[in-house]
Amino acid sequence: MRDRILDVSNLRVAFRSRGGEVTALRDVSFTLERGRTLALVGESGSGKSVTSLALMGLLPPNGRVSAGRLRYRGRDGREMDLSALDAAGYRKIRGAEISMIFQEPMSSLNPLFTVGDQVGEMLWLHQDLDEKARRKRVVEMLDLVEIPAAASRADAYPHELSGGMRQRVMIAMAMICNPALLIADEPTTALDVTIQAQILDLMRRLQNELGMSILFITHDMGVVAEMADEVAVMYAGAVVEQATARDLFADTRHPYTEGLLRSIPQPGRSKSNRLVPIPGTVPPLHALPQGCAFAPRCPYAEARCEDPVVLTEKASEHWSACILDRPVPA
Amino acid sequence: MTEPLIKIQNLSKRFDTPSGPVFALDDVSFDIPRGSITGLVGESGSGKTTLGRTLLRLVQPTAGQTIFNGQDLNSLDARAMRLMRRRMQIIFQDPVASLNPRLRVEAVISEGLAAHGIGSRSERRDRVASLLEEVGLQPDHMRRFPHEFSGGQRQRIGIARALALEPEFIVADESVSALDVSVQAQVLNLLLDLRERRNLTMLFIAHDLSVVEYLCDQIAVMYLGRIMEVGPTEAVSSSPRHPYTRALNSAIPLPQPGATGKRELLQGDIPSPLDPPSGCVFRTRCPMARDLCATTPPPPEVVGNDHISYCKRIEALDERQPLREQSRGAPSGARDPFAEERARADRSVP
Repeated sequence: MRDRILDVSNLRVAFRSRGGEVTALRDVSFTLERGRTLALVGESGSGKSVTSLALMGLLPPNGRVSAGRLRYRGRDGREMDLSALDAAGYRKIRGAEISMIFQEPMSSLNPLFTVGDQVGEMLWLHQDLDEKARRKRVVEMLDLVEIPAAASRADAYPHELSGGMRQRVMIAMAMICNPALLIADEPTTALDVTIQAQILDLMRRLQNELGMSILFITHDMGVVAEMADEVAVMYAGAVVEQATARDLFADTRHPYTEGLLRSIPQPGRSKSNRLVPIPGTVPPLHALPQGCAFAPRCPYAEARCEDPVVLTEKASEHWSACILDRPVPA
Repeated sequence: MTEPLIKIQNLSKRFDTPSGPVFALDDVSFDIPRGSITGLVGESGSGKTTLGRTLLRLVQPTAGQTIFNGQDLNSLDARAMRLMRRRMQIIFQDPVASLNPRLRVEAVISEGLAAHGIGSRSERRDRVASLLEEVGLQPDHMRRFPHEFSGGQRQRIGIARALALEPEFIVADESVSALDVSVQAQVLNLLLDLRERRNLTMLFIAHDLSVVEYLCDQIAVMYLGRIMEVGPTEAVSSSPRHPYTRALNSAIPLPQPGATGKRELLQGDIPSPLDPPSGCVFRTRCPMARDLCATTPPPPEVVGNDHISYCKRIEALDERQPLREQSRGAPSGARDPFAEERARADRSVP
């Protein structure tokens, strides 16, 4: 029996704009097993961040979930539909059940409060502890995310810390109430590669020790390969392929995923092998083509691609939204 | 490698800040061979951008020489430097911020030509049209404004502008970092085409080692204003001879599940440039540092053809187990499912 912490089905998100309503997510579906890491991968405009904001109930005022279900099952086994929660309901969940870390730690931390205060705020909101006990937990947590001299760093302000240290503070803040699900939106994109390696290492260690599930949003296929158990590839507001990380790389089923993989320079590959870019650019959301949104850039496209296409299981636990079983040159 | 177009000799740049002097560049020396692409890598704060700008004399060096075609740029007066600027151009990171939003593409690209009084208005327009075609855009795009283009297209406009004066040397400062990978690959291939077609010499500044390995003939690795290692791409990427290069290399997540082996995690952050470590600036994070590393900066050691490392403990480095032998040591392309198609791939940019 599987234990799904998250089951998103046919999620639609629409934004009001001057030109009318724009659909940012078109029937997004994916699942995340408890204790595992699912990577949501895609380029800018693919809808990966909107998906995470919809999960957290943090869509901007002009955006709304117009259809679909966001089923979440917490540690106590109780199942709920996140899209049905009101503001008060969400406040109980955020930080305690589901936490989020963002790309830019500087703009996500308040410059006027010490990092200890900010990490402790979550405890203050969700747990009934006196100040001394709170402080103790905060220092323990800063220690757990490997901030050196945690007790004195708790009194530092965000600007006194490096980018890597700030991201550790963000992780401490997200983890202090021991959430069941961590949503990480490009948490290492702004960091240098050596610091990224430290943070990824830390996240893996925390997952082993604390057992949380991770929804990891990234555009970096290297980070996907390193972190993910499962991968959902997004394009123009829809999931086009979902599989285990191993299958996604070894047995790629969707032409867009194949195109992404061919576009990345890989270390150690011979120089005479040119990258094969995907021609053109991502279409704007208000002018998506009929049928498959990737068809205009797809080397395998044919007339049938103008018909609607849905995610179908091409192999065991491997879904692709393409008329082809796998990309093969005609 | 051929005779260098640029010889950088003991270049230093000190910035005086309210908190004290910062050596953004400290005794930097290496050659940039004519017709080659040299990649300059390092973490943020390593001095990559300052080096690029100092080479173009957009920043005045405190000491040292930049010999361009046998001439020391830093000895030129303003007039001579102005003429020299036609021969060296720069492409910036942010294609939005670096294009004037109120100028049409034609004016953006021909601004340099006009400033140097080259050609009549209609000749300049013809030049703009052919430049747009060369970078994969259409001549009639010159009537549009920068905001009408996507990020990748804007970066192509920035490239066309840099090419307008037919420079011999181009500094590309993080020019693909802001682009999505599918578009980044288009621009990288364009740069390779241009290098071939125009025999351009380039300094490509980037923090992404995989991109640099793909594009560049030579790699220079910087840390806290100093060069750690410089050498041919093959040598620096497959058998780095500096512990910092090794750490950088091992930190890259490979797009192959299970490929990332044991990695040498660097501890801590890059130290403050206001108070750099004595001796070797990398020693505070170096897994191999010994007392001798704290005394004097390491001298250049020739470790191969055109390959120099600034490390006093190279012998100890060689004894250590190479990292990720299984994935890096594999013959190139052996496990690459797209190798065949890549080889056949059209060399032109779509």
